Amino acid sequence: MSRRRIPVIPAVIAGIAFIGLWYGVREVISPSRVFMLPPPHAVLQAFAVHADELLLASRNTAIGALLGFALAVLVSGSMALLLSVSNLIRSALYPYLMMMQMMPVIVIAPVLVLWVGAGLPSVTIITFLICFFPLVVNTTQGLISTDRKLVELFHLYRATKWQEIVRLRVPAALPYFFTGLRIAGTLAPIGAIVGDFSAGSSGGHGGGLGFLTLIYGAQFKMAALFATVLSGCMLGFVFVATVSGLSWLSLHQWHDAYDKSDH
Amino acid sequence: MTETAAPACSVDLSRVTKRFGSGPAVLDELDFAARAGDFVAIIGPSGCGKSTLLRLLAGLSPLTAGTLHIDGQPPGVDSPELAYVFQEPTLLAWLKVAANVELPLSLRGVPAAQRRSIVARCLRQVRLEERAEAFPRQLSGGQQMRVSLARALVLQPRLLLLDEPFGALDEMTRNHLNEELLDLREQQGWTAFFVTHSVAEAVFLANRVIVMSAHPGRIAHEVKIDLPYPRVRATREDPAFQRLVAAVTHHLHSVEGDAR
Repeated sequence: MSRRRIPVIPAVIAGIAFIGLWYGVREVISPSRVFMLPPPHAVLQAFAVHADELLLASRNTAIGALLGFALAVLVSGSMALLLSVSNLIRSALYPYLMMMQMMPVIVIAPVLVLWVGAGLPSVTIITFLICFFPLVVNTTQGLISTDRKLVELFHLYRATKWQEIVRLRVPAALPYFFTGLRIAGTLAPIGAIVGDFSAGSSGGHGGGLGFLTLIYGAQFKMAALFATVLSGCMLGFVFVATVSGLSWLSLHQWHDAYDKSDH
Repeated sequence: MTETAAPACSVDLSRVTKRFGSGPAVLDELDFAARAGDFVAIIGPSGCGKSTLLRLLAGLSPLTAGTLHIDGQPPGVDSPELAYVFQEPTLLAWLKVAANVELPLSLRGVPAAQRRSIVARCLRQVRLEERAEAFPRQLSGGQQMRVSLARALVLQPRLLLLDEPFGALDEMTRNHLNEELLDLREQQGWTAFFVTHSVAEAVFLANRVIVMSAHPGRIAHEVKIDLPYPRVRATREDPAFQRLVAAVTHHLHSVEGDAR
């Protein structure tokens, strides 16, 4: 079985057209403002010039994103198990989980800086806060949506509650978990950058991409700013690709979403 | 009956009543006794409580009134080994065929070596030994149902409860599986309750057909099917078979007339 081929040519043509438009727009902007939109080749040059800074910042952001993401997976997994075993616990805690999701991260950032210090600790927690909700909601939904017939089957076979959870509910919840993981995977790098932007620090191993944005912004280094944005995009792409790969690895053999036969 | 000595169990229902909450009776004062080794087919209009009856027998749902004994015991943890086959195959999609069949044994903590030989035997019995390493979604509907049957048989049940197991299959596949089910019965011997919508299927499989009426669910008629076992494909062309199908159909029409 071969992987489905994604057509490349239309995307390449659209990309070239976009870059053409980019140069075109520069031609019609008044000369006093044209510095605000650096040409694509200047952005590429900025990548080369600021390579060390960008790599270090990307690395720092990646670490924060990964730590926060991993923490969110661990905590949301345990939390989802707890929520799934009892309606009472679920109704007691759900409103507060919702509230946690509504919490404006930008506002909580100064509090975190005071509590745990600027830099990596704050960035990790902010990423955690952003990733947690989609994970816990999807995983809980998966754990309580197990086919009723299968649950009855386990009862008939006199399975223990533990067997029911480990051998039935958890594997049945995997597709839901991965749905949450995909959402969290796209949010994690964004969360880390936002966190770094509002609670970053140049101390320790230096800031991340968010912090770098602040510096380049203050210095009006427009091309470098665009290069920073692109670095963030690439980091996000790596995250999403990794999560998609994990999802494929654990589901493709048995889950219908990966069924390529046409029957 | 040509039956091996495997200990099938008897089932006794006395004034069994079931209602959900304060609603009307779904099953109303059912009296019925199945002897060990009986193959009882249950047929009737929708809403007659066929599936509810199976759920009571399985202990999945409590009685509202009356008594139910399986081998003299109320259904519960100590009741004899029983297996339930649902209308859908109800397989675990993430387990291969062999692991699905093995599930009841591994949940029960049967040692691995023993499990393997039992699973191999049961897969052979349903002629799926070559698909042991396939995932359920790679199988046809009929094959999935065979896996479900094999899984039901690994614990050597003494009571088999089947809730329209072949209802979603085409007629050819259904006929094949009916013949296979009777083959398995020759080898194993169990008491069976088989819910179906197909009169021909009921007559072909069972030695007793119960026709139920709806609202409330009651046993309206019982038809004894005295065709000798083993029954084979040719049995369906037997005039006696066709007379019995006509008789059961007649009873079914009369209870459906009542319902209208």
